[in-house]
Amino acid sequence: MTRKALPGPGSGRAFLALALAGLILLMAGVPGPAAAQDEPVDPAYVQAVQALAEGGFRDKAEAIETLVELGDPRAGRVLAAMFDRRLFVREDAGEDAPALVIGETDAGDQVVIRDAITLEPLGVVHEDTLEAVGINNRLRRTLQEAIGTLQLRDPDPATRIAAAEALAGDRSDENAALLRDVLEAEEDPDVRDAITFALAQIDLGSDDRERRLAAIETLGGSFEPAVRGMLARVVRQNADGSYVEPDEEIRLAAEAALRQTERNLALVEFALNIFQGISLGSVLLLAAMGLAITFGVMGVINMAHGEMLMLGAYTTFVIQEIFRSVAPGLFDAYILVAIPAAFLVAGLVGVALEQGVIRFLYGRPLETLLATWGISLVLQQVVRLIFGAPNREVANPDWMQGGFELLGGAVITYNRLYIIIFALVVLALVALVLRYSRFGLQMRAVTQNRPMAACMGIRSGRVDALTFGLGSGIAGVGGVALSQIGNVSPNLGQSYIVDSFMVVVFGGVGSLWGVLVAAMSLGIINKFLEPYAGAMLGKIIVLVVIILFIQRRPRGLFALKGRAAEA
Amino acid sequence: MGPITSRLATMMTPKGWAALAAALLVFAVVLPVLNLAVPPGSPFHLPDFAVSLIGKYLCFAMLALALDLIWGFAGALSLGHGAFFALGGYCMGMYLMRQIGERGVYGHPTLPDFMVFLDWDELPWYWYGFDNFGFAMLMVMLVPGLLALIFGWLAFRSRISGVYFSIITQAMTFALMLAFFRNEMGFGGNNGLTDFKDILGFTIQSQQTRVGLMIASAVALALALLVCLFVVTSKLGRVLVAVRDAENRVRFLGYSVTHAKLLVFVLSAVLAGIAGALYVPQVGIINPGEFSPANSIEVAVWVAVGGRGTLLGPILGAVSVNAAESYFTGFAPDLWLFVLGGLFITVTLFLPQGILGLLRGLRDRLRGTARTPVAETAGHA
Repeated sequence: MTRKALPGPGSGRAFLALALAGLILLMAGVPGPAAAQDEPVDPAYVQAVQALAEGGFRDKAEAIETLVELGDPRAGRVLAAMFDRRLFVREDAGEDAPALVIGETDAGDQVVIRDAITLEPLGVVHEDTLEAVGINNRLRRTLQEAIGTLQLRDPDPATRIAAAEALAGDRSDENAALLRDVLEAEEDPDVRDAITFALAQIDLGSDDRERRLAAIETLGGSFEPAVRGMLARVVRQNADGSYVEPDEEIRLAAEAALRQTERNLALVEFALNIFQGISLGSVLLLAAMGLAITFGVMGVINMAHGEMLMLGAYTTFVIQEIFRSVAPGLFDAYILVAIPAAFLVAGLVGVALEQGVIRFLYGRPLETLLATWGISLVLQQVVRLIFGAPNREVANPDWMQGGFELLGGAVITYNRLYIIIFALVVLALVALVLRYSRFGLQMRAVTQNRPMAACMGIRSGRVDALTFGLGSGIAGVGGVALSQIGNVSPNLGQSYIVDSFMVVVFGGVGSLWGVLVAAMSLGIINKFLEPYAGAMLGKIIVLVVIILFIQRRPRGLFALKGRAAEA
Repeated sequence: MGPITSRLATMMTPKGWAALAAALLVFAVVLPVLNLAVPPGSPFHLPDFAVSLIGKYLCFAMLALALDLIWGFAGALSLGHGAFFALGGYCMGMYLMRQIGERGVYGHPTLPDFMVFLDWDELPWYWYGFDNFGFAMLMVMLVPGLLALIFGWLAFRSRISGVYFSIITQAMTFALMLAFFRNEMGFGGNNGLTDFKDILGFTIQSQQTRVGLMIASAVALALALLVCLFVVTSKLGRVLVAVRDAENRVRFLGYSVTHAKLLVFVLSAVLAGIAGALYVPQVGIINPGEFSPANSIEVAVWVAVGGRGTLLGPILGAVSVNAAESYFTGFAPDLWLFVLGGLFITVTLFLPQGILGLLRGLRDRLRGTARTPVAETAGHA
């Protein structure tokens, strides 16, 4: 909002009335005119509405007051229309047709109208058949108060809060009096806060020193840009260095209040950075968890790991398309099918990879690296030939769309929130499988001492294949998550491979907790560097830091101890 | 025989020297004559495009040779050699940019076009001196060499080896790629450096210059080969092979593994930088894409295909893989990645010694003797 220092009464009123009118239209949209119509119409209300168009301005003012006393919520809409000169008398009205209507939208010279009493739509008429109910300035003021009062007494707390906020935009004594009046009777704490806040904004512009000081104290820490602008004006300096505000105490109080606001804003930004960092970290976690298993447990460098993510994302795409064409009604549930499907697809490809190529290369990690890189090229090209090179879009299910707003305009989107939860759930499941299942036990045994495990009757070759399948399957599940926050393309995996390796190297090979800590800290560090250094430089700094970090701890944060560490 | 000649004799057999001289004769004399002196109608004429193609392959061969020195002989697979190549290329590109002078689109006497476009007023300090060819050539060797020195010192000092070294070098080239994509770096951002006009006063587009560059590449490759040969036949070379096969034992014997690896890593980076510097004027552009990790890893497959741990192998591998790429992108570009991917897999699974190992095996079988090849499998982390 870029309003000038102190708006004249006229412009402020017009703004207020428009805000209120808009609000009323919104509110009316919620219960709808049809709902209003079902209620029995109070004859006194009908009479008062009809009186709006009859007699002189004095009679109209009386009718307005009657409407306020009756307190029917529909009156707000009628009065707002009257304020806007959109309350019309129909000149061509017959005996039965309602004479008083509200005009809504213009389409050229055609006007969409509604009955002013029942609020029932009446279709479209030519504007020449309508005559607006006349009002004057005095009536305008009465109307405005009436609308404000009606809104402030509305049964819906949200409407009352919105009305209080709208009234704060126009700092007149009448509004202040009205707000004070309402405040006494108000019981809802949220609405009380809103009214107190609105009053403080009005008081800040008053001449009473005590009221202003109290107002500044109330306003301190607010995120509203308009409020911050008001406070900033109090502490502003003139060109010659003198202060606009002569009273030093008020000025200091305002400065303190502004500082409070800045602190709060910094806090919100901090919280948002943490959230985004954790969100990025959870994506890295999903990408790196499978790698931690294949690289950490088996010592296999799988350069095709990124392609497992890609396969998972494309599986999601295919499942989505199937749901869209076969069962559009169940579309929101496609993701529940996509998760196991992606796990299976990527897991099976992983097992095939292990059986077909990798098992011949055990003990030769550099060769494994090159061979899996070749596999990644082939997989990318296969997908490119099947699905085409351009990006494919995967739609979020309804329940993952949108977000909620934190204080100060920071938005937390649901898809990111769900991915964080999802990543943690997957991590917990993997940890449980490794810790408590028979397969997990065998896997750990093979990791720690392969010959001994084999002697105990564990089929280490089979365990290897399954381990690789598990790691790849987890990557596939990660691909489902990736498809929800971006487009799906054949090189999707490439953009994550270096980052995932960094996470695993940073966290310590073979340690799930290391991966969690590393992914989250890398995500958060990245997000905190971004505002100062830009996204790219931030990434470069992180890479350099990791390279330096490995100097100190070549085996990562959570290094494996014992014989496995020498592998 | 003086000490130098006897040293040269230990490097290669007389037959080897003769082969090298013959190869040099072909690339530096015969091919240029076939291109410039033989009329285009003649069946012996070498087409112009082939000259630039051969020049490019020679640069790639030199890069592969450089990687083989550190991977095949010292056992450290660097996945960041593309970065040294690109840095050398950028140094050359900066020299070529400064040569454009007022002939740029904006006609600024000193600033390259992209700086004028970015509203810069003066040349950044690190662009000073690049109008001088000698200085630029010094930088071509110094910049990659210094980076390798610092990076290698950090890595080898803390005994980062095997796959960790590979991943870290990959991260290095990835970070450099991101850095060079930034316009603020002053290297032309996304577009890189291009629109070169001339080199040492010769028009870069002219066929004579192109032939000259091809000859320069051939000579540089021959010199690089001799340098590598000198290193691997020296005592250092034996230490390197020992490091590759049993690093800890070499350390316990009292050799400084760190210094040996560092020396050869820096040398290898310098060779890669020179290869990049020769490559840029022949293709006419250098951009951050050269830093991409995929490029570096592809160099590894050239070496693997040719046969690592030999000096001829990487040259053979680079030329054959790139020739195959040119061939496939010509008639079935979609298939090329399958072929390349397949190469990675088959070479590692079935041809651990590369083409050269295969040939050697065939020769031994024909002779009826089964010798162990010089290069043991270097697959030891």
